[in-house]
Amino acid sequence: MSDPSTSPEQSPRDMPTSAAPLAESFAQSFVRPLLRVGALLATTLTLLVALLVVTGHDPAVALRALVRGAFGSWYAITSATLVRAVPLAFTGLAVAVAFRAGLLNIGAEGQLLAGAAAAAGAAALVGPSAGAWAIPLVLVAGVLSGALWAGIAAVLRQRFGVLEVISTIMLNFVALYVVGWLVRGPLQEPSRIYPQSVALPDALHLPVLLPGTRLHLGVALAALLAVYLWWWMRGTAAGFRLRAVGLNAHAAATTGRIDVARVSLLAFLASGALAGLGGAVEYAGVTYALYENFSPGYGYTAIAVALLARLNPAGVLGTALLFGALQAGANAMQRDAGVPVALVNVVEAMLILLVIAGDRLSISNRTRRDRT
Amino acid sequence: MSPTGSHANANASANAQAPKSAAESLRPLALALRGVHKQFGTTIALNDVSLEVRAGTIHALLGENGAGKTTLMRVAFGLISPDRGTVEVAGRTESAGLTPTRALAAGVGMVHQHFSLVSAMTVAQNIALGGRGLFAPSKVDAQIRRIGERTGLVLDPHVMVSELSVSAQQRCEIVKALARDVRVLILDEPTAVLAPDEAQTLLRWLRAFVQESPEHAVVLITHKLRDALSVADDVTVLRRGARVASGAASTFTEDTLAEAMLGADARGTPVGYEVLPGVVTHADSGGAHHEVLSVDRISVADARGIERIHQVSFHVRAGEIVGLAAVEGSGQEQLLRAVAGLLPLRSGRLHAPADIGFVPEDRHRDALLLDASLTENLALRDAGTRRGRMDWLALARRTTKLLGSRDVRAASARVHARTLSGGNQQKFILARALEQAPPLLVVENPTRGLDFRATTAVHAALNEARNAGTAILLYSSDLDEVLSLSDRVLAMHNGRLREVPRDREAVGRAMLGVA
Amino acid sequence: MTPFDDFLSATVRTATPLMLAALGECITERSGVINIGLEGAIICGAFAATVAAGSVGVLGGFAAGAAAGVAVALLFALFTVYLRADQIITGTAVTLLSLGLTGLLYKTLYGATGVGLTLPTAGERAVPGLSTIPVIGRALFAQPLITYALYLMVPALAWWFARTHSGLALRAVGESPDAALAAGVRPRRVQAWAVLAGGAFAGVAGATLVLVQSGTFVEGMSAGKGFIAIAIVVLGRWTPFGVAGAALLFGGASALQYLFQSLGFREVPYQLFLALPYLLTLVVLARASARARAPAALARQELTLG
Repeated sequence: MSDPSTSPEQSPRDMPTSAAPLAESFAQSFVRPLLRVGALLATTLTLLVALLVVTGHDPAVALRALVRGAFGSWYAITSATLVRAVPLAFTGLAVAVAFRAGLLNIGAEGQLLAGAAAAAGAAALVGPSAGAWAIPLVLVAGVLSGALWAGIAAVLRQRFGVLEVISTIMLNFVALYVVGWLVRGPLQEPSRIYPQSVALPDALHLPVLLPGTRLHLGVALAALLAVYLWWWMRGTAAGFRLRAVGLNAHAAATTGRIDVARVSLLAFLASGALAGLGGAVEYAGVTYALYENFSPGYGYTAIAVALLARLNPAGVLGTALLFGALQAGANAMQRDAGVPVALVNVVEAMLILLVIAGDRLSISNRTRRDRT
Repeated sequence: MSPTGSHANANASANAQAPKSAAESLRPLALALRGVHKQFGTTIALNDVSLEVRAGTIHALLGENGAGKTTLMRVAFGLISPDRGTVEVAGRTESAGLTPTRALAAGVGMVHQHFSLVSAMTVAQNIALGGRGLFAPSKVDAQIRRIGERTGLVLDPHVMVSELSVSAQQRCEIVKALARDVRVLILDEPTAVLAPDEAQTLLRWLRAFVQESPEHAVVLITHKLRDALSVADDVTVLRRGARVASGAASTFTEDTLAEAMLGADARGTPVGYEVLPGVVTHADSGGAHHEVLSVDRISVADARGIERIHQVSFHVRAGEIVGLAAVEGSGQEQLLRAVAGLLPLRSGRLHAPADIGFVPEDRHRDALLLDASLTENLALRDAGTRRGRMDWLALARRTTKLLGSRDVRAASARVHARTLSGGNQQKFILARALEQAPPLLVVENPTRGLDFRATTAVHAALNEARNAGTAILLYSSDLDEVLSLSDRVLAMHNGRLREVPRDREAVGRAMLGVA
Repeated sequence: MTPFDDFLSATVRTATPLMLAALGECITERSGVINIGLEGAIICGAFAATVAAGSVGVLGGFAAGAAAGVAVALLFALFTVYLRADQIITGTAVTLLSLGLTGLLYKTLYGATGVGLTLPTAGERAVPGLSTIPVIGRALFAQPLITYALYLMVPALAWWFARTHSGLALRAVGESPDAALAAGVRPRRVQAWAVLAGGAFAGVAGATLVLVQSGTFVEGMSAGKGFIAIAIVVLGRWTPFGVAGAALLFGGASALQYLFQSLGFREVPYQLFLALPYLLTLVVLARASARARAPAALARQELTLG
C-alpha cells in the first residue's frame, strides 16, 4: 500500500538521499508483508471458525486437528506443511511474475502438469539405470515443458490477440487430459493395471534435506528462487522493464522505448518455466510418479498465494507457507474431525475476495482529485 | 461544421451582436444556478457560484483550465450533484437529484469537449440512445432529416460515427441534443477541435439558434477571450471555483476579462499568450544553426496499416521551435511518433539524433507509471536500453535534483506519480525529457488541461531549451499556442505538410487544405 | 436410429447448457463486463437445482438454479460493477469459491460418499409431426422443453439488441460508458442487470446439467463449461445467432466421441475427444479474434461516474 498521507501541495522536503530507497524497499518487501500475514492469519482463523460453525462442526475439535496436522509435530512441519508449500511457492512465483508483467496467466495448473509430465517422460527416457546425474535433466525437462506450454498462450496472445485468460484455462484442461492419456498409454507402468507412470528410480529422487523427513531439495530451491526473483525485479534493468510493462504498457513503449512484445513473451515463458519446474520438483521430490490427479489445483490456489503476497516474490514464500499449513491441516481435519477438505478451498477463495475488496475500498477512500 | 453545409438562417444574422434594450435585460432566465458549492476531497471545486443565463442569448462562461467551468456545467446537466445550491431551468427548480435524463427532459443539453458518441454505432443509433421502449430506426431517420432541413445541420443517419470527421461528430452531438428538443445548449470548448473557419461557422450557427426561438439559449464554455467577446451577449468569469465577474459582454474589454480570469496570478506578468498572438517571446535565433532533424519524403502508416503521412519533407535546426498546426486527425500524431522513432517509416529517409526527448499528449497513458515512484518514472526514460543492475541510489539523487531545479512540487522522489497535480506531472515529464539535454525534443499538446501557472512554466521551459540550442518540434491543437511559441510554422492537412507564414489566417486556411 | 442420428441428437443435447450459459454471457459482455465467474454460477445452479429438485420437483429445481446463478452474479457484480475491482481476478475468485462451496455443502448435506443420489429429471418431449422430419427431426424436435425455450430465446434476444432502446443502451454501455451516461443511460445499473441476467442464464444451464442430463450432482461437474461458454461468445461474435451456431459446433465436437465409438474407432484415445472442445476453442479464438471486434469497453475497470 502506498502512503496516502503525501499531499501534492506539500512543499518539497529535504530528501534523505542515503540508504532510504533500500530501507524503503526492505520495508516494502519484508516488514509490511509480515504485518499483512499477521492480519491474514487472523482473518483466516475467523473465516475457518465461521464456516465450521455454519456447517455444523465443533470448531475447537476441528481447529485442533488442523493445527496438529500443520504444526503438531516436527514431522508435520517438515513433511506436511513445508512439503505442501513447495508446489504452491513455485506456482505462486509463476503467477506473481506473470501478473507483475500484466499477463493474467491463469494457466499455472496446466504448466505445472506439463512440467511434471515432461519430467516423467525424461525419467522414462534415461531409464531405470540412470544415476543422480540425471536429476538436473529431469528438472530441466520440466522447466522447458512448462515454458513451452505457456508459450502456446503467449503466441496466441501476440499473434492472434487471444485473451491469455481464456487460452490458459483451455490449456489447463488439455494438459489434464494429456496426463490422463499418458498414464494410460505411453508412460503407463509395466503391469498396465494402474493409471500411473512407472515409479521413479531411487537414484533420481531429489535429495532429502533432513534425514527421517520428506523435506526435499525443492524447499531450498523454491526459497532461493523467491529471493533471487525479489532481487531481480527490484535490482535489475530487466526486472524493472517487466514491472514497467505491467504497470503501463503504453508508457513503457512510448517513454521507455521498451520492446513490450518481447518483455511480455519472456515473462510468459518465465512464468511457465517456474510452474513447470514446480511440477518436476513435485514429481521428483514427493510423488515419484505421474498420475491423473497429480495436482489438487495447485495452479489455481497459486493465484490466491500470489495475490495475498501482493505479487511480491519474497512474500510468496510466506503465503505459500500459510496455504501449505492450511492444506496439511485440512487433511488432518478431514481425517480426525470429518470436515471436508473443500472447506479450506472456500476459505482461500474468500481470502482473495477480501483482499480485492480491501484494496478497492482503500482506493475509493483516498481523496480523489477531480478535474474540470 | 462543414463550410459547405447549408446555413440558411445562420448567415442572415452572422454578425449580430444585438444591442440591448431595457426590455431585453428583463428576459426570463433560461437557466439559473444559485449558490452552487462542490468539494472533491479537500479541493473546493465550486465555491457558491451563481450563473444566470437569459433566454435568447449566448452566455460565455470564461475561465482558465481548472477554474471550474466544466464542473459548473456538469452540475447544470446533472452529471455532478452539488453539495449545496440549486439549478433552475426556465424558472422551475430542479430538485437535488438532477440526472442527465432529467436535465434533458427539462430541455438542457450538453456537448462535451471530448465527444460523448459511441463510435461503433451509427448516427441514428447515437441520436436514439437514452430513449425508452421500442427503437424504430425509420422514425429516427426521419427526425434527423427534419432537423437537417430546419437547421442546416445535415447528417447521414446510417453512417458509423467512427467514420465522421471531427466537425461532423460535433454536428452529430448538436443534432443529438436538438432531437431531444433541447432549448438550453451547453457547449464545452467547442472551437478547440475546429479549424478557424469551421469555428466561425459554428459560432454563426449558435447565433442563429438563439434567435430561432425566444426559449433558446446557449452556454459557451471557453478560455478564449476572442470567442467570448465576438459572439456572446453575456459573460461570466470563474477563477479558482468562484465567480469573479459577470455582465454584458459589451461592458468588458480583453484586458479587463484577462485580469478577471487570471487575477493576482497574472499581476506583473504578461497577460496570457492567447491575448497577444504572434508575439515572439524569446530572442531571435542568431545565425544559421545546423539541421538536427531532416525528414525527406517519408510516408507513415498508423497501427491499422492505413497510410496517414504522404511524402512529407521538412527539417528542424538547432535552437529553433518548429510548430505544427493541424486539425485533429490530420496525421500529426503519426508524424511526431515517426520522428520520435516510435513508428516505422513506410518510405523515405529520416535523419534524427539517437537521443530524442518525446513528450506525448496523453500523460497518464503514454508518459507515466502512475503507481510507481518518481524515481522509477525517471528510470523509465531509458529503460529500453539499460543493461545490468539498476542504481536506484543514483537515480533517486538525480530525481531529487530534478524536482528542485525544475520546480516540480512533490513531497519527495519516492511519492507515486499519481499524487502529483497535472501541472507538476507535466513539468516532471518535460524535465525528464530534457534532463540529458537531448539535441531534439518532440512535444505534443504540452499544456493540455494545465492552468495558467503551469502553462507559463511549460512555455518557459520550452523557450529555455530552445535558447540552449535544442531543436524542438511542437504540435498543439491550440493554434494560438503554436503561433506564439514557434519560429517557423508547418501546416498539416490530410497527411501532407506545407510551410506557411506565421500568420493566423494563412495557417488557418492551410490547416483546412485551402490554398 | 443410425449412429449419425444419435450424433445429431447428442450435439443438440450437449449444446443446450452451453448455449444457455453463452447467451447469458453474451448479454453480460455486451455491457462491457466479462464474467469469468460464469463457471461458478453454473456449478452453483447445478447444486441448487439438486437440492430443490429433491423436494419441490423439476420446475422448482430450474427456478432454484436460476436463483443461485443470480446470487453468484450478485457477488460478482458487487465487486466488479460497484467496487470496480478487476473482472478477471474477481471472476477467478468467484469460480474458486463456488467450486469449493458446492463441494463443501454437497459433503455436508449428502455425506462424504454421496452415493445413490438420483433426482427426477425432465424427459424429452417429442413434437408430434416435426420430430419425424428425416435426419434433423429427432435431433431438433425430440428434446426436453428447455431446448425448445432456446429456439425462442435466440431470436428474441437478437430482436431485443437491435430494436429496443434498452438493447441499444446495453450495447452503448459496452462500447462507451461515458457516451451512454451523457445520453441519460446509467452505466452501473445497466451493467449490474446484465451481469445478473447472465447469472440467471448460467444458473439454468447448471440446472440443465443435473435435471436434464445426468440426474445427479457430481463435484466439479461444470468441468469448464463456463470457460467454454466465454469462448463461444467470442466465436459467435457477440450476436445471439452467432452464439447459437458456435454452441452447436462445440456440442458437435463433444458428441463426436460417441459417433467414433459407435463406428468402431476404439484405438483413438477417449481423452482426445475430451480435449477436443478445448483445443477447438483455441483454434477458433485464434481465427476469430482476427476478424471479430469485442465491445470496446470490455473488462475496463474505470467508469466515469457523475
